[in-house]
Amino acid sequence: MQVPAHVEYDKATSVEHALTLLARYAPEARVLAGGHSLIPMMKLRLVQPEVLIDINGLTDLCYLNLTGDQLRIGTLTRHSQLLESPVVGEHFAILHDAERVIADPIVRNWGTVGGSLCQADPSEDLSAAFAAMKGTMVVRSLDGTREVSAREFHTGPYETVVAAAELLTEIRLPVRPGGGSGYLKVARRAGDWPVGAAGAAVWLAGEMIADVGIGLAAVGATHFVAAEAEEYLRGRAASEENLRRAGEIAATNCRPVSDQRGPADYKRHLANELTTRVLRIAVARARGEDRRGPE
Amino acid sequence: MMRLTLTVNGTEYSRDVEPRLLLIHFLRDDLGLTGSHWGCDTSNCGACVVWLDETPVKSCTVLAVMAAGRRIRTVEGLARGTELDPVQRAFAQSHGLQCGFCTPGMMLTARWLLDHNPNPTEADVREAISGQICRCTGYENIVRSVLLAAQNAGEQ
Repeated sequence: MQVPAHVEYDKATSVEHALTLLARYAPEARVLAGGHSLIPMMKLRLVQPEVLIDINGLTDLCYLNLTGDQLRIGTLTRHSQLLESPVVGEHFAILHDAERVIADPIVRNWGTVGGSLCQADPSEDLSAAFAAMKGTMVVRSLDGTREVSAREFHTGPYETVVAAAELLTEIRLPVRPGGGSGYLKVARRAGDWPVGAAGAAVWLAGEMIADVGIGLAAVGATHFVAAEAEEYLRGRAASEENLRRAGEIAATNCRPVSDQRGPADYKRHLANELTTRVLRIAVARARGEDRRGPE
Repeated sequence: MMRLTLTVNGTEYSRDVEPRLLLIHFLRDDLGLTGSHWGCDTSNCGACVVWLDETPVKSCTVLAVMAAGRRIRTVEGLARGTELDPVQRAFAQSHGLQCGFCTPGMMLTARWLLDHNPNPTEADVREAISGQICRCTGYENIVRSVLLAAQNAGEQ
């Protein structure tokens, strides 16, 4: 039987209250949102906080707002809400592609976007998707609010820039015209973490790739980004040959490790193949040719 | 210890619990509602699925105190009095269970699916239960049962 160690528990009644509790108990406190990463970690005694600060009552952190040229996602938004949102599907196909293969429908009902990002598992799909979309994270403490690029949010496996007395409150994604995006994942079975996964967002100017974002999960890409492949594609034609070359570059520059999900050389193969394939999908969607899902 | 008050299957309960107590153990051990099963303990198998307010969750990965002030629905709350839920009747008719271990979770997810999508395709059913594991039936009869429940409800 797996049971967490003894822990105190406090229910935050407002964001200010949550931040006050964090300031009081940090670094021995952990924020409890969906709990679908934290509670398993506590059961395994990999994490033993002294205090849990439950933010599930903070419904004002649970929203999807399209304002101007930005989508704002509240940290407490459940995975299922992201997946069910037509606005998200219209502007960010990558998020719907990713959410369809994150865990399972029951886990998605309760697991949160912010929780997934802050858990910072190197195999986490949304981290790669937000890196591809070049999102911005909003982090708050009693001292104020700061914005951090999604590409600088993760500092290592299970580590982020969020300090002990801080709370990730919002994720912002730019809505830019002329774009298309997608996400592809290979997993051993339904609901599992990826063996390898790739997300891409492409903005076209005619046939040229004006800008591109490529996110990789589970294959040891620094900050979940295939930066060298992006650099190669920027300003080049969206041709099959160039997309293939980008896949090769992405595979060369990531550092997968062998584990129970697969050997490193297979993961490198996936980085290559999935990058190329997801770029094809993103380009097709940017051209308005393919509005279907990747499956 | 903390005072926890919540509603389970329409009845309000108040108990003193430790914050670390998992919802599945609270339901089974403190309230004696052993219909919900405690399976893998890792939120993979779905034997512990209950409704938290309006949505199914895996109760081995929810603390009991997180349910304070909320409504829980377990398999014991599926039937109305002595009248079985259409999902329960369909599982009986289509032999949707063998050992029965996964059944409460499967039926609660099925009820939720049919509430949102009264005419699911086979693919919809398979997707809905994709986070739940059955080690007996190979899922065929479970899927058949959920589809039959939808069909029966449509004919009523």
